[in-house]
Amino acid sequence: MSTFVATEPPRTSPGFRLAMLLPGGLVTFFLILFALGLVLFLAFRGNDGSLLGAGFTLANFAMVASDPLYWTVTLRSLAIAGLVTLATVVTAYPVAYYLAFHAGRRRGLLLFLVTLPFWTSYLLRVFAWKIVLAYNGVLNSALIESGIWSEPTLAFLNTPAAVIVTLAHAYAPFAILPIYVALDTIPKSLLEAASDLGARPFTSFRRVVLPNSMPGVLAAALVVFVPTVGDYVTPALVGGPASTMIGTLIQAEFGKANDWPFGAALSVAVMLVILCVVLVVRFADRRFGSRT
Amino acid sequence: MSAARTNAREGGRWLGVYVLAYLVFLYLPVALIPLFSFNNSIQAAFPLQGFTLQWYGTLFGNSALSGALANSLVIGVIAATGATLCGITVSYMDLYGRSPLAATISAIARLPILIPGVIVGISLLILVNLIGFGPSRIAIVLGHILVALPTTVVIMRSRFAAIPKTIREAALDLGASDWTTFRRVMLPLSLPAIGSAFMLAFLTSFDEFIVAFFLAGTEPTLPLYIWSQLRFPKSLPTVMALGTAILAVSFVIAAFAEILRHRGLGAQRTAPADLPKPQQTERGELQWHST
Repeated sequence: MSTFVATEPPRTSPGFRLAMLLPGGLVTFFLILFALGLVLFLAFRGNDGSLLGAGFTLANFAMVASDPLYWTVTLRSLAIAGLVTLATVVTAYPVAYYLAFHAGRRRGLLLFLVTLPFWTSYLLRVFAWKIVLAYNGVLNSALIESGIWSEPTLAFLNTPAAVIVTLAHAYAPFAILPIYVALDTIPKSLLEAASDLGARPFTSFRRVVLPNSMPGVLAAALVVFVPTVGDYVTPALVGGPASTMIGTLIQAEFGKANDWPFGAALSVAVMLVILCVVLVVRFADRRFGSRT
Repeated sequence: MSAARTNAREGGRWLGVYVLAYLVFLYLPVALIPLFSFNNSIQAAFPLQGFTLQWYGTLFGNSALSGALANSLVIGVIAATGATLCGITVSYMDLYGRSPLAATISAIARLPILIPGVIVGISLLILVNLIGFGPSRIAIVLGHILVALPTTVVIMRSRFAAIPKTIREAALDLGASDWTTFRRVMLPLSLPAIGSAFMLAFLTSFDEFIVAFFLAGTEPTLPLYIWSQLRFPKSLPTVMALGTAILAVSFVIAAFAEILRHRGLGAQRTAPADLPKPQQTERGELQWHST
């Protein structure tokens, strides 16, 4: 990537550099780094009702670590996000595989179709599941109409399972593209070599294609896991009280509960969890030989 | 050998069936929104009760709704302009700036992918309160620039990287300044990608809910208006009619952005060599020849 800048003459005017670095520099340093720094700062402050709190304290973190409620909710968020990630990646893989090796002339159209939902409203995708799963909703009425059930059931809505299905559907388009790119960039000579050396199709898949596509799988897992672990919309719309997630609690601390320092501490805890996941993914990525 | 190939084709056919089923899963729940928006019943349930356009009628003359729409459009255009500007400059300097600072900015600009929306929302909420203007339309614009930034950086970076390096070097060798090279050579060559990045950034903002929820003052965006209506079972059909309209607009803009981006990639594919043949070039290259 960086090789093609080596030969050019070193003459960039300072004014041009400044003008070109300024917009991105402002946004990244001020809106991202400084704003995240504020969250970290606030997490160590006591809540006295003012914007930036008062005094330095570890009480917020002590509360997060000691109250079993937060452990339960954090573990539940991890479990839900983990299951959603697993479901989206496993179901997306065959689609990406088909796109990379079998789609032929339909590839462009199919790629377009699987990425299109990505650009539609997330809120509407979640809302669609609410009308599907509701008591007097689409699924219940369809089951009764077709004679499979005689009574509508409450069992669909307001369950963790509803959250998992809804999130897996809402984030499905995120997973296909990274896996497809990884599969598509596997040198065809590797597959030919495997087949020339007598590998059966399944062996060739297991020993050549799957390991080489792992960087894409890991990237897909990450882009699904991160937004789902902090989600608060889906639990609120289809989850019910039994599927409160960590994002719900953060939202409440900055809303009704109005304890911003404590909400900031919860946010820092979530970012630490995500950091651990990113580090594990990076480590795994290196083991599989990153091509990125 | 031929048996193996037949096997592979057989496998491909089954995979094709799977992909079809996957697409049905992807589109069916969303397709229910338009379906029931034409249904003459207040509930989204089978059997269908007959065709009606009355729910679309309720969209007109609703001042809260039209206010939210106007907010969403204004915020979307400004945020998309900001995110596209940042995407262009950040990726250009990342590729050609040859400075660790430019590379760092580019890396941080793609960081919001790894931050859950709720945390982007609360961090900006603290920030805008600290600055003083608090939750407002400006606050939402800032939030949406962040949310759309990774998209615009990735699109613009891949476009700039696809422009043959010799074109930029030729401009510099012929005495064009950095600014002229950027404005007269690199920008015209990446115009389709810029259009695509702008439209996708606009869509991201137009559909965004999670961050806007924290940053909205008294003037909600369209997704926030929908959220506020979800509490009332009576307004369910209106929400479905509105949702159908939003989905239609999103599909059209996304399709257009995809076509534009494809045109950019097409130009890249027909110009793999450093000296593209004139008859193979597309509009971007021809424009370059004429300037």
